[in-house]
Amino acid sequence: MVLWRVPLDSEEIQTTIGIVHILEDRCKGCGFCIEFCPRQVLQFSKRFNTKGYHPPSVVKPGECVNCHYCEIICPEFAIYSVEDLTQSGHAAGPETEVS
Amino acid sequence: MKPAVLTGAHFMTGDVACAEGALAAGCRFFGGYPITPATEIAEHISGRLPQVGGTFIQMEDEIAAMASIVGASCAGVKSMTATSGPGLSLMLENIGLAVCTETPCVVVNVQRAGPSTGLPTLGAQGDMMQARWGSHGHYEIIALAPASPQEIFYQTIEAFNLSETYRVPVLIMTDEMIGHLSERVVIPEAKAIHTVSRPKARGRKDRFKPFAPGPNGVAPMAIAGEGYHIHVTGLTHDERGYPDMTVEGQEVMMSRIVGKIRNNLKDIIRTDSYLLDDAEIVIVSYGVSSRTSLAAVDEARAQGIKAGLFRLITVWPFPEEEIRKLAARVKGFVTVELNLGQIHLEVERSAGGLAPCVLVGHAGGTIITPDRVLKTLKEAF
Amino acid sequence: MTPTNKSINHPLDDLLRTDRIPHIWCPGCGIGTAFAACLTAMKASGIDLEKTVMVSGIGCSGRGAGYVMLDSYHTTHGRAIPFATGLKLANPELNVVVFSGDGDLFAIGGNHFIHGARRNVDITVVCVNNLNYGMTGGQVAATTPLGAKTTTTPVGNPDGPFNLPLMAYAAGASYVSRWTILHTRDMTESIKDALLNRGFAFVEVLSPCPVNFGRRNKEKALDSLRLYQEKTIIKNDAHPSELDIDFERGVTLGKFVDIERPTCIDRYDATCRPPEMLEEEKAA
Repeated sequence: MVLWRVPLDSEEIQTTIGIVHILEDRCKGCGFCIEFCPRQVLQFSKRFNTKGYHPPSVVKPGECVNCHYCEIICPEFAIYSVEDLTQSGHAAGPETEVS
Repeated sequence: MKPAVLTGAHFMTGDVACAEGALAAGCRFFGGYPITPATEIAEHISGRLPQVGGTFIQMEDEIAAMASIVGASCAGVKSMTATSGPGLSLMLENIGLAVCTETPCVVVNVQRAGPSTGLPTLGAQGDMMQARWGSHGHYEIIALAPASPQEIFYQTIEAFNLSETYRVPVLIMTDEMIGHLSERVVIPEAKAIHTVSRPKARGRKDRFKPFAPGPNGVAPMAIAGEGYHIHVTGLTHDERGYPDMTVEGQEVMMSRIVGKIRNNLKDIIRTDSYLLDDAEIVIVSYGVSSRTSLAAVDEARAQGIKAGLFRLITVWPFPEEEIRKLAARVKGFVTVELNLGQIHLEVERSAGGLAPCVLVGHAGGTIITPDRVLKTLKEAF
Repeated sequence: MTPTNKSINHPLDDLLRTDRIPHIWCPGCGIGTAFAACLTAMKASGIDLEKTVMVSGIGCSGRGAGYVMLDSYHTTHGRAIPFATGLKLANPELNVVVFSGDGDLFAIGGNHFIHGARRNVDITVVCVNNLNYGMTGGQVAATTPLGAKTTTTPVGNPDGPFNLPLMAYAAGASYVSRWTILHTRDMTESIKDALLNRGFAFVEVLSPCPVNFGRRNKEKALDSLRLYQEKTIIKNDAHPSELDIDFERGVTLGKFVDIERPTCIDRYDATCRPPEMLEEEKAA
């Protein structure tokens, strides 16, 4: 169950669009970023990095809201997001609930 | 408010003279834990340090006391602790850390009779090998053995100077008798006291290697907060201070921390002699036992025995060259010490079979009388 | 939009010894997350990083000091707090952060912890609690839950764990909180508060150890994180006696203590230093 109210001015709020950067060779494949991305932007990639792990890859570019959660949950300093200054969109309700 | 250097003539115990020597040497941090017969050092310095801008803290145990002085030294402050045998046993863990991280600090051991709790109020010299080898792994260390309150004052200054010069913990291996003995101690003017501080880090901060040795084998030392962003670890480390888990890394680090002592023996070793030039029988002794040995030498000479005293001021590193040279020309050695044979083994080793070596030892709790030494001199040779 | 691993920099790279990355921590281990939160908090707090020192003991979390591009000391097992005490007292200008694990800080180092808190030494202690000794292969710790399997409790732990915030509170810590690595923003904010607290500040961070604890207790890293999500409740100012870790009943997170009381140095100066010396210092 999703428990929140949609703000009255949600139509006017500009959300940020993020660009995800992945330092693939730092990744150890724990999957934290994939599991807890609020927009399911990430998925394990099929390829291996130099250490033999499957790093995440961005499967839904444009869905990233630049919340940085992947960046702060990552134990490996292997992923981060930056604001895409070329794009911005309207706020949309989050689709999953995370703590 | 008293100054850091109490210039003048005093009547004080060895323990108090040790504390005053530390202050004169520039010690400004003391982490302690009470133990007989070293407590008076902490008691005295706890009142003095805050008056001269220093800090005293009584920690929760000797492990913490030792850890705190290593930490304080990393912050750039000359630091010291004092204890006796049971406390030294606990401190050895972080003495090893100071050896491995090359952190200067001074540890005073006012020895009492052991093992275990032993005779807490009665002196001995039973921790000499513990001082040398007590922490795990192979290493070199410096240990001094003062024989009077006046000497403990100067040797404490020396201990700091050696520690700062070579970035190594220095032990002052005194004993209960010297610690509790009151004698005249003359403290010179502050400007007459020579003090040394560790070689300072210089140059580009991003390129500084905290364990790259200087000309005498000792690396300049960066202090926490100076901006060098150093990493210091008790793991085997390379010149950057980074852990290096390789056989080669171990060899390089070990040859540095061992070599800086072994290659500077001339500068480090201090000995004293009495009637040694023509001596046929050489008494080797240190600390309180060297005082009884002096009387034995005089008595022996009065009886026509050509005895002399070779007194160790630095016990570690051991003056094996000097013993070897003597061994070639003397009839024999008598080692006088308050244990059942520790430095005796070193004398025997250094003599290399060239001269017989006899021990006058004692389990501890009292001094060895000059009569006993004299008796052995007569009987053995 | 294309993922790349060429010439890009993580926002924390400036505080990392990047030449030592990847770190030693296993896949799914949460220490890296707690460590990253610590670095982020250090930056966000506005403290002078040139005067900030990280001290660690021994163990997996104890390797933290080796990865921060600041003055950092990797000391002996359990002794990070007394070492940090010496650093702080010798140079009160330093901000001293102890980053270490539960075995290091609360078993072998337990005595030092309570005395550091009692004295209110002005340091910040971040304890990554992964419920076991990870570095040595998963032995029982002072924090291992009752009944949990470890290599030295193969049929289950017969002893109960410490409640760390209760111990910190009882010993006199001036800041006490508990978070999990999943509660990353709260944890980061809390470490920041702890850094800014004048006194002995303690942050416990629950973190998965999938390789050594999880494997023997049927708990993969993501299972641990789901427990953190589903079985925790945030209750700021909860009484520390209610903070036992029991994931069956639920684990309380939050900030439990945030007070100001004179630090070790405050009291030493006021009690032991001659008043005229303090006046001189003030004038200077």
